[in-house]
Amino acid sequence: MEDGVIKQIGENLIVPGGVKTIDAHGRMLMPGGIDVHTRFQMPDRGMTSADDFYQGTKAALAGGTTMIIDHVVPEPGVSLISALEQWHEWADGKSCCDYSLHVDITEWHKGVQEEMETLVKDHGVNSFQVYLAYKDVFQLTDSQLYEVFSVIRDLGAIAQVHAENGDIVAEEQRRILEQGITGPEGHVLSHPEEVEAEAVNRSVTVANQTNCPLYVTKVMSKSAADVIAQARKKGTVVYGEPITASLGTDGSHYWSKNWAKAAAYVTSPPLSPDPTTPDYLSSLLSCGDLQVTGSAHCPFNTAQRAVGKDDFTLIPEGVNGTEERMSIIWDKCVVTGKMDENQFVAVTSTNAAKIFNLYPRKGRIAVGSDADLVLWDPDIMKIISAKSHNSTVEYNIFEGTEVRGGPLVVISQGKMVLEDGNLHTTEGSGRYIARKPFPDHVYKRIKARSRLAELRGVPRGLYDGPVCEVSVTPKTMTPATSAKTSPAKQPNQPVRNLHQSGFSLSGAQIDDNVPRRNTQRIVAPPGGRANITSLG
Amino acid sequence: MAERRGNWDKGDDLPVYLARPGTADQVPRQKYDGLFCSVEGAFESKTIDFDALSVGQRGSRTPRTAKPELGKEARSPASDNKSPTASRQGGKDSSLDEIKTSGGQEAFQNPGDKKSDRLLIKGGRIVNDDQSFYADIYMEDGLIKQIGDNLIVPGGVKTIEANGKMVIPGGIDIHTHLQMPYRGTTTVDDFAQGSKAALAGGTTMIVDHVIPEPGNSLMEAYDHWRQWADEKACCDYSLHVDITHWNDSVKQEVDNLIKEKGVNSFQVYMAYKDYYQMSNSELYEVFTFLAERGGIAQVHAENGEIIAEEQARMLQMGITGPEGHVLSRPEELEAEAVFRAVTIASQTNCPLYVTRVMSKSAADIISQARKKGNVVFGEPITASLGTDGTHYWSKNWAKAASFVTSPPLSPDPTTPDYLNTLLSSGDLSVTGSAHCTFSVAQKAIGKDDFTQIPEGVNGVEERMSLIWDKAVTTGKMDENMFVAVTSTNAAKILNLYPRKGRIAVGSDADLVIWDTDSIRTITAKTHNSAAEYNVFEGVELRGAPLVVICQGKIVLEDGNLHVTSGVGRFIPCSPFPDYAYKRIKARKQLAVLRAVPRGMYDGPVSEFSMSRGGTPSASARTSPTKQPVRNLHQSGFSLAGPPTPDDTPTRPAGRRIVVPPGGRSNITSLS
Repeated sequence: MEDGVIKQIGENLIVPGGVKTIDAHGRMLMPGGIDVHTRFQMPDRGMTSADDFYQGTKAALAGGTTMIIDHVVPEPGVSLISALEQWHEWADGKSCCDYSLHVDITEWHKGVQEEMETLVKDHGVNSFQVYLAYKDVFQLTDSQLYEVFSVIRDLGAIAQVHAENGDIVAEEQRRILEQGITGPEGHVLSHPEEVEAEAVNRSVTVANQTNCPLYVTKVMSKSAADVIAQARKKGTVVYGEPITASLGTDGSHYWSKNWAKAAAYVTSPPLSPDPTTPDYLSSLLSCGDLQVTGSAHCPFNTAQRAVGKDDFTLIPEGVNGTEERMSIIWDKCVVTGKMDENQFVAVTSTNAAKIFNLYPRKGRIAVGSDADLVLWDPDIMKIISAKSHNSTVEYNIFEGTEVRGGPLVVISQGKMVLEDGNLHTTEGSGRYIARKPFPDHVYKRIKARSRLAELRGVPRGLYDGPVCEVSVTPKTMTPATSAKTSPAKQPNQPVRNLHQSGFSLSGAQIDDNVPRRNTQRIVAPPGGRANITSLG
Repeated sequence: MAERRGNWDKGDDLPVYLARPGTADQVPRQKYDGLFCSVEGAFESKTIDFDALSVGQRGSRTPRTAKPELGKEARSPASDNKSPTASRQGGKDSSLDEIKTSGGQEAFQNPGDKKSDRLLIKGGRIVNDDQSFYADIYMEDGLIKQIGDNLIVPGGVKTIEANGKMVIPGGIDIHTHLQMPYRGTTTVDDFAQGSKAALAGGTTMIVDHVIPEPGNSLMEAYDHWRQWADEKACCDYSLHVDITHWNDSVKQEVDNLIKEKGVNSFQVYMAYKDYYQMSNSELYEVFTFLAERGGIAQVHAENGEIIAEEQARMLQMGITGPEGHVLSRPEELEAEAVFRAVTIASQTNCPLYVTRVMSKSAADIISQARKKGNVVFGEPITASLGTDGTHYWSKNWAKAASFVTSPPLSPDPTTPDYLNTLLSSGDLSVTGSAHCTFSVAQKAIGKDDFTQIPEGVNGVEERMSLIWDKAVTTGKMDENMFVAVTSTNAAKILNLYPRKGRIAVGSDADLVIWDTDSIRTITAKTHNSAAEYNVFEGVELRGAPLVVICQGKIVLEDGNLHVTSGVGRFIPCSPFPDYAYKRIKARKQLAVLRAVPRGMYDGPVSEFSMSRGGTPSASARTSPTKQPVRNLHQSGFSLAGPPTPDDTPTRPAGRRIVVPPGGRSNITSLS
């Protein structure tokens, strides 16, 4: 490696003198992990999440992750570009490893569309997240979703969704507060996993309609994962991202007697109370139905969580996991024999690089790739604890979990950052990695489909039979809305039909195209059944 | 055949007073083989049993008044088995005035009979949803009074010889739109025309949808519909009410409709954006309310928002014909909406009824939900069971337009077969017709824009025959299941069972004698609807009603319809139908949520900004996480000094404690 890039691979390489040599002793050398979902330094009502870009990336590197992709969350009303710049400023100053940014679409209007174009063309963003949850704040309607997805497809980006039905969640929250349940268990009770599955199903449907690639962030429950797996079997271009927390722990902790501990698990969608969920998700991850893993690392310290001590809906959401991600997946999937080490590399790094168009620069050990490498020790045993972790929060949701497998040496940008258990990180050394639109991994299929999806009308003669008169009610709407609403079965619909003159064009019986009843058989319509006798 | 009969004779060769003592009228006869093999044989060799028969006959001749319980006593062993024979013979021996044909076809009709509301069906094979058996049926005043063999009936009763044909409960068409107002006109079939068509097809009860304009009173709309139907309906009817908007006054009206007006089912729309469509929150509220009051939530399941987008796109592309209708409403959108409705219903613990299941994927979602235990019923309609959406591409505009309905017929030609299979397996529960016919001139409102085409297809007349042909003659379901899906299940959902949907003593005398073998070709030339087109044009169907009895009167015989407009009664439906609510009630008891008792948290609380104000109620409703809402419960400074040891998050390394409810034992817990 030289200058942060892999220069040669092979045996008995000829290298210049004075090169630092690491003896791997036959251990696995793998591409550094890519954590596709972090929320470092995320502002929330004037607070920021406890780990800033320095703390967060340091934790990531300690766990063998050499690149993170963070989410830019613009407040509704704030321009996407200025939000992106804000995040750039934070990250450039502090990040210890390479990073890239997703941008969240928190509101929808014409200006946002233009900004998205700029972001894709000039700022190297190729993924946008939309929210189906957080009613009245971030949530978009189905129509907006349709429009956003259409724009995203045209731009060649990836549509990410936070999939939960916000309307139902809001209703459930109110109901549960009314019942006097104010603790963190109310959080999981008001976010049942069905609601997550429903939203996943809906976004899959919209994505299918718009022929847009879909990426479901934070797959937390079995049923949501099932919907994704089914959609993939039907051919939808959809990717699912389980996170460290959903792979490593479950939601039974929401009932902990210790409020602070229970609150530490609050995230949305919540961890499933079903204790078999982590196992199920890691199986789907192993068989390829789920593809990438993130951490959704967004921890808050106990004092911040305590904002919601009397009302679970006010607890800031987010769990830790960027440091633990690689080890937990190794422990749950590779050690148990569900996946091999190659699949491990795929789900922790390569797939992410492919989806977000970073491959083969990231996610692969090849000549010309970035020198982000991890020397992996499959046998190291470690007990995760908040005492020893690199995050700043008091709780670790994996507290006490014993994991097998961990990084021995981590090399980021060609420099050793972890060696012999010592971290040597440099604040601000992380570079922003711009991503191009139309990643091949995703868009090859989308492009082929869009060519097929052309629709044609049926050429017919003009209908010139009698036309019923339609009463025109005083309430008129604009033609645009009248075209959009479906007026059938709408008695006395107060829409003026502007296409309709209201009188019959022809005289009584001009018979040519008027329906006549005869039993004459005609050629069946396209795809039709032969045994249906057609009218003339 | 003869051998089988011989066996029976041995088994039942008992004196009349010992034969099944104390049994009720409807004691099932041994059901005898399948549908197609044995019906005819049953009365081929009828003379064999004359002796046994005479015993029963004597019993029936004794001068007693015709009480139901006497019918039981008069049961004779022979007639237990061979009712066609027995009853026919009985008819001859008794003084009943009867004309018979010699060909073994139905023979009935006493021309001089004055008491037309007294009817006796002899020798029929009664088919209910649970069993089939041979027995005679005596009806009076529109009610079934006696069932059994050799019934004691007053003289001068009109008798119908069923000759071993099936007698089934009259069909209930659970979804019609007769006389539906549409932009100043109405559908071409009014209640008279539509219920006439229903009776011609063997349907003796319809359930129509009341559609109030958004903003208008539900109660007013209900009164309108009642008025129209009372004037014209030829058969009994009941009403669903559609909820087209939602607020507190609607809520009040729904409550009144349930309590006082005999409506127990309400439809909401997930389609028709900006018009009927309800948001998810409204759906949640409607469902919650209906679950409390014992109503059934019906949904028109399609994602209206996406449809609106797709319609705009189609029109932009210049597709204006009826094919645009199906292209803009892909079946995925139907399935998505069904999924969403199921989710909300499951959250609110409300029984769900999906009207018009038109596609495979929507049906799949319903059957999956049923497998997961949701209380959900699916209603395929005649059109989705009998034809497909390829006709939207017909070159004949008027023909293509006649198929326009929502959700549209699926262009996949295997859909009807698939839906019939699910109907047979019980994954779909009931059938309607969604009969809503428009003339070609009315459909032509949308000749330049498919979104303006009024939606609706015919099907009320064809429903029973079509299901028989597609599902029973193909061997997918038996005749009992046929009765269940065409009548009984609907009656159960509407809480009218066993008054409707069953042949039993005390039930309404709505019966159909079903001819399994008659074959006819459906065409608009002969149908009873007023529409110019029939979506089943040219389809050959096996199975048809031979005689239809509605309210104890013969309305169809020998192919002649004798209907009287205005005789139809409104049948009120009461809330909390057992069929749906037994399970719902049990679940409600289980669904109690409890909070975790904890000490007060008195550790440090972080300050947070108040950048955006909000009323307390609003902040409680929205999910405020990551949201700049002012927290009015929050003082903003820490109450306590250094945290007390008990409650603060200390980290006693690795100490294991009792796991939380449902927790896993291998997770080490913090304090």
